[in-house]
Amino acid sequence: MKYHILDKKNLDSFIKSLARRMKVVGPVKKSGKNYVFKEVKTADEMSLKYIPTILPPKKYLMPEREKILDLKFESDGIKEEAFIENEKIAIFGVHTCDLSGIQCLNIVFNDKPVDKNFLMRKENVFIVGLECNSYCDEYASCGLVNSYMPNGGFDLFFTDLGDKFIINVNTQDGEELVESLKLPPATPKEMSELDKLRDEKRKIFKNEINVDPHKIPQMFDKVYESKLWEEVGNKCLSCGNCTNVCPTCYCFDVDEKISLDMSSSERIRSWDSCQFETFAKVAGGENFRKERGLRQRHRVYRKFKFPQDKYNRFFCTGCGRCSRTCMAGINLKDILVKVAEESKI
Amino acid sequence: MSIKTENKLEVKESNWVYRKGKITATRMMTNTEKWFEIELSDGELGHEPGQFVQVEIFGVGEAPISICSSPTKKGRFELTVRNTGKVTEQIHRLSQGSDIYIRGPFGRPFPVKQMFGSDILFVAGGLGIAPLRSLINYVMDNRRDFGKVDILLGCKNPKEMLFSEDIEKWSKRMDINFACTVDRGDPDWKGNVGLITTLIPGVTLNTEQTYAVVVGPPVMYKFVIAELLKKNLSEKRIVLSLERHMKCGMGKCGHCQIDSPKNYYCCKDGPIFMYDEVKDSKKL
Repeated sequence: MKYHILDKKNLDSFIKSLARRMKVVGPVKKSGKNYVFKEVKTADEMSLKYIPTILPPKKYLMPEREKILDLKFESDGIKEEAFIENEKIAIFGVHTCDLSGIQCLNIVFNDKPVDKNFLMRKENVFIVGLECNSYCDEYASCGLVNSYMPNGGFDLFFTDLGDKFIINVNTQDGEELVESLKLPPATPKEMSELDKLRDEKRKIFKNEINVDPHKIPQMFDKVYESKLWEEVGNKCLSCGNCTNVCPTCYCFDVDEKISLDMSSSERIRSWDSCQFETFAKVAGGENFRKERGLRQRHRVYRKFKFPQDKYNRFFCTGCGRCSRTCMAGINLKDILVKVAEESKI
Repeated sequence: MSIKTENKLEVKESNWVYRKGKITATRMMTNTEKWFEIELSDGELGHEPGQFVQVEIFGVGEAPISICSSPTKKGRFELTVRNTGKVTEQIHRLSQGSDIYIRGPFGRPFPVKQMFGSDILFVAGGLGIAPLRSLINYVMDNRRDFGKVDILLGCKNPKEMLFSEDIEKWSKRMDINFACTVDRGDPDWKGNVGLITTLIPGVTLNTEQTYAVVVGPPVMYKFVIAELLKKNLSEKRIVLSLERHMKCGMGKCGHCQIDSPKNYYCCKDGPIFMYDEVKDSKKL
């Protein structure tokens, strides 16, 4: 593993030289505690001490709306064209929770049949991670799901060491950039500073709810029929905010927009939410998740149970976005504590 | 609405492109069900019994439709479509000679090979006969590979009876037992009247070597499965085809995920399931 050093005063020239190669997006303060990933040209547009952005960077890999098929109705038949609209893009400042989220999407979209749109976008994204030296806020549970340390998924990974960043180089693309900027390699002293910081972090980041994560899948085996879900459902407004902001929610709808003269049409995929009432409804009228409690249960099982069975990992990155954004105050950590209590494991 | 297009990159062999076909025959089966026979321009559909296709109506959308013909029928395949939503309403407007566009076939098929050498009890309710017919006709065309075959068919009233020509043929065959019933008869109806569950006690089941293949609405599953379990048939020998909102067909979009503690996408892990896999689901 290679490590290089970037003086903080040179961050601006780093961003600018990256921006000469490709579009750069980074965390930008929107208002109050709201941050968003958006295009930046300089370092000072960014807020590097940020709590998770409103939307995770999944929006660059699986856009809220994307055209999946273009159709032209011509006299000699129908012409189909499948393409993605894409440009080379660098996402700067991705926290480890969101790196984990992108990895989850990568797993799902690599399941056969693979999602070619996602995989093509992924090829066009350069990812620069950024370490959290301490908690963003009280909603995070990255200690529980073990996503507070870097576990791959980046080209470069920045860690703040005071007046400089130490950069972990993880890919050939990352290495080429670092080489071209002639960033000096990290000294043994700087490496030990990083080790020390990580040791400190292990003291700061604790299992937030005192529930053994290894027992969580078993716990969910016990609480499927619990009253808990009805209680959560009674609070839920079915707005779909929790799934929109989730870095691992990827459910979608496919819709078609035909031109007024009926000469062409577009098939568009857009984010959907299992929290909407009609999500699991079939044409004949049967609705397989009619009650809000059933839909909330489904959401939580999709984070803590199903992906454990299928991929041996949580699809919760601990980012806390669902709880932070919930208008009804539904808190994921509270749900997990209740699951642990009721399951008696 | 149009999305701005910059830096277009072609998605090669996209999963979203359609296969073109021509409708070679249609027939209204009831007031709400229409039957179609389709020939694809790129050759065989290449399906197995129990699978489904997505039928596209440009400008409206797609609907998942079970394939009701057996793969032993070559060159053309068949769909039976109930007019129940905005897409299926438009599918009903298609006629002989119309172009038709599909994606698929999709889904886990009936475990045909696993069923070789076993007795088969078919139980179909309402439109459930459509996907089941793909397997029934497969079994008919490979009759020697299977043991005793019973077919039990039920629907609400005689006017809703589907595939009357097939029923005619099945009822005359000496190598199978066939029975059908309607929930409510009419003056011309001379057959059984009563729920499909009333036919099950009359069937002799060798539980060690029988697969029951049950396809129908959720309410039928509840009662038929209870009857079969009462006869000591193993949960692993009850085969079902479940209906869910299959949108993408590729196990991704989430709409068809079964409400159970297990992680099943109906479009990919199903629609065919063994009962023991999905018995935790409140509503089949």
